Amino acid sequence: MLLIHTSSRPPQVQTRQICVSSVLHRKNLAAAGPEKFTTEFIQKQVEEFNIGKRHLANMMGEDPETFTQEDIDRSIAYLFPSGLFQKKARPVMKHPDEIFPKQRAIQWGPDGRPFHFLFYTGKQSYYSLMHDTYDKVLNIEMHQDRLRAKGLFSTDTKNISLGSSRWLIKEELEEILVETISDHDYMRFIKLMERMLSLPYSVIEEEFVLRFRRQLEVQSTKQVVPQLERDERGVAFSTTEGRRKTSNCSVVLRDCGSGHVSINGQDLLLYFPVLQDRQQLMFPLQFVGMLGRFDLECSVSGGGRSSQAGALRLAISRALLGFLSEGEMENMRQAGLLTPDPRVRERKKPGQEGARRKFTWKKR
Amino acid sequence: MRRATSCDAAAAAAFFLITPGGVNFRHNRNRRYANRRRRKKMYLNWVKLWNLKTQVTNVRPLHVNGYQQQQQEALAVELESSHETLPIFRTQESDPARHLEKHIGQYYTLPPEHIRTLFPHGLPRRFQTQVKTFNEGCVMVRQPALEVISSLKKVDYSKPAPRFVLYGVKGSGKTMALCHTAHFCSTQGWLVLHIPDAHKWVKNCKELLQSSYNASRFDQPLQASTWLRNFRTTNEHFLSKIKTSQRYIWTKRESTEEGKPLRELVDQGISRVKSSSDVVGAVMKELRLRSGHPEAGFRLAVVVDGVNALWGRSTIKKEDRSFVNPEELTLVYNLRKMMRNDWCGGAIVTTLAQTGSLYSPKTAYLPQELLGKEGFDNMDPFIPVSVSNYSEKEFESCYLYYQDRHWLQHPQSKTEDGKKELIFLSERNPSILERLCASL
Repeated sequence: MLLIHTSSRPPQVQTRQICVSSVLHRKNLAAAGPEKFTTEFIQKQVEEFNIGKRHLANMMGEDPETFTQEDIDRSIAYLFPSGLFQKKARPVMKHPDEIFPKQRAIQWGPDGRPFHFLFYTGKQSYYSLMHDTYDKVLNIEMHQDRLRAKGLFSTDTKNISLGSSRWLIKEELEEILVETISDHDYMRFIKLMERMLSLPYSVIEEEFVLRFRRQLEVQSTKQVVPQLERDERGVAFSTTEGRRKTSNCSVVLRDCGSGHVSINGQDLLLYFPVLQDRQQLMFPLQFVGMLGRFDLECSVSGGGRSSQAGALRLAISRALLGFLSEGEMENMRQAGLLTPDPRVRERKKPGQEGARRKFTWKKR
Repeated sequence: MRRATSCDAAAAAAFFLITPGGVNFRHNRNRRYANRRRRKKMYLNWVKLWNLKTQVTNVRPLHVNGYQQQQQEALAVELESSHETLPIFRTQESDPARHLEKHIGQYYTLPPEHIRTLFPHGLPRRFQTQVKTFNEGCVMVRQPALEVISSLKKVDYSKPAPRFVLYGVKGSGKTMALCHTAHFCSTQGWLVLHIPDAHKWVKNCKELLQSSYNASRFDQPLQASTWLRNFRTTNEHFLSKIKTSQRYIWTKRESTEEGKPLRELVDQGISRVKSSSDVVGAVMKELRLRSGHPEAGFRLAVVVDGVNALWGRSTIKKEDRSFVNPEELTLVYNLRKMMRNDWCGGAIVTTLAQTGSLYSPKTAYLPQELLGKEGFDNMDPFIPVSVSNYSEKEFESCYLYYQDRHWLQHPQSKTEDGKKELIFLSERNPSILERLCASL
């Protein structure tokens, strides 16, 4: 009998699985949640981005030190020309902070104890924000009491100048807090802020409040007003263009006219026999009340009768801007006269009869 | 017809499920939509007429609120004042011979008996409905009609008949000017030969007979007999005075002797429909011959609407499915002979019409374009009279007339802005304006 020398068995027993079922190996993708990026990973990406930026600048023959994000976008568009319609699908090179979604680092230490005292509420940043806000409210009230004690309390104090700003929307707040909140939570937060604003001495916390407000852009300032030219008689006229579906048109609006309209050299009645189209043309002039004042010379091509009428209407409204004041321009914008209609014919898809219509469903 | 209810929709749906495949029932749906539109139109018209009735005839409504009372009082005041002074857009002159330049833009009333006798078929369809609605036939005095009338007053009737051609864009008032002229002619005691629409003779012919007189030509008995009936209504008093100049043989057994009154000829045509087209030709020939005589005692006015149909194309088909040439139609042939100015003692007043014409482009309105080379050569020389859209004064007059008749119910239409809108949308075209106001 051979003596088998058995050495002391190591503590870890090497077991070999004989048969494996694939079910155990398959990952439960749903339970894993969104992909988690570690801070080291993000840092590495940032370093790579910076190095890559310098390489890119080198390739393009520019100075790596003064290479801005716009230069990067330009260079990428040049090096990787893409014909894709979706701008988001095109190749892009941006700072990792803008690409990778903001994620929270591990909220607990090696011993498993969470760092934040409100961790077990589930929405720690939201509740901590609520606590901070309420802190500020108490601060203001304490300030008021102190002033009252000194006898310097007065109700007519300077209010926080809100101007044309709005509260953060729920999505923006979620972005700041890096966690999802419900509509109810958001409303409570806004109510608390409003309550804070209603206190007389809220001016002391102005900086805190303004962090949660965004400026509203006045839409009408973005409108380009066409230049008013003068012809040799001194009569003002403006030329504009308009588009709707596949129609293109250009309109020359002349002042000191009699309400005469000519389209492609033809009379209005001859070109637009349908009342609806003529009403479309009349709408901008009737809205501002300048019906008999202008002469219109229009030329239009493409599309059908309705889209030609819509294009002409847009062009006439734009041409009128030069003759109007700011307030009237705002009125026109709100009436929808200055908005180009983005609706275009939807393409037909394969497997369907039209853009939306499916083939007749037959049970058998 | 009962209203479409939800059970209809359910029944229709059930029907769809039963029938296999995707059978298209769109025609049912379209018919339902058309019915709904028609009923809505009828209802709206009824509402309008009801409003007119309660206001114009001063019937006391069942319940009067403050606004209605005010309206009625205003109307009463207006009616009183209108008895004393005529509104600016009306004129007292109902005799077209006395219409002058100063009456341009004003409405004159056609006496009801004149409408019945003179215009059994001559007025435009929409004007006839307007006459029925407003209970009066008011025609506006306009420049083109006055031109023709003044020319007719000065014409030397021993010379060949002058030809007038009224032309203009669609809806500018050519037919109305023609009717004004016809009214003038009849009040002056002329014999008016009024062909309401020559286009009706070259299209939609239900019966086409081969002519017995000339084998290469075709007869249209229905159109000819209707026209003869209307002709008889218009010119009752002339028919007994004029005598035939020759013997006409219609069939082996029927004939009209020489020297018989024209009435017999016309009655022959109406009763024996088969020979009515030839009767029309005979009547025209007689009138041509008679009007030339100085002792005839009457003048002949040939008033034709849509004269470009005579030299255009037709949509009537022969048995071998080829199109009939207009000159192969008896009626058209005879009318062409009438258009020749080889007779005297009268005048020819015509209109060009693109609306009913066949195979002519929509933009054509000038005589050259609509008559074509052949028609122009035949009509040459003629006096062209252009009919344009309303001027500012005429538009104002029309607007006031509609206001007076309470035709414009929309509150916005009573304002200045509303008037500007009307001007823009209709470009002062009479027919477009009328259609626009009908829906307000």
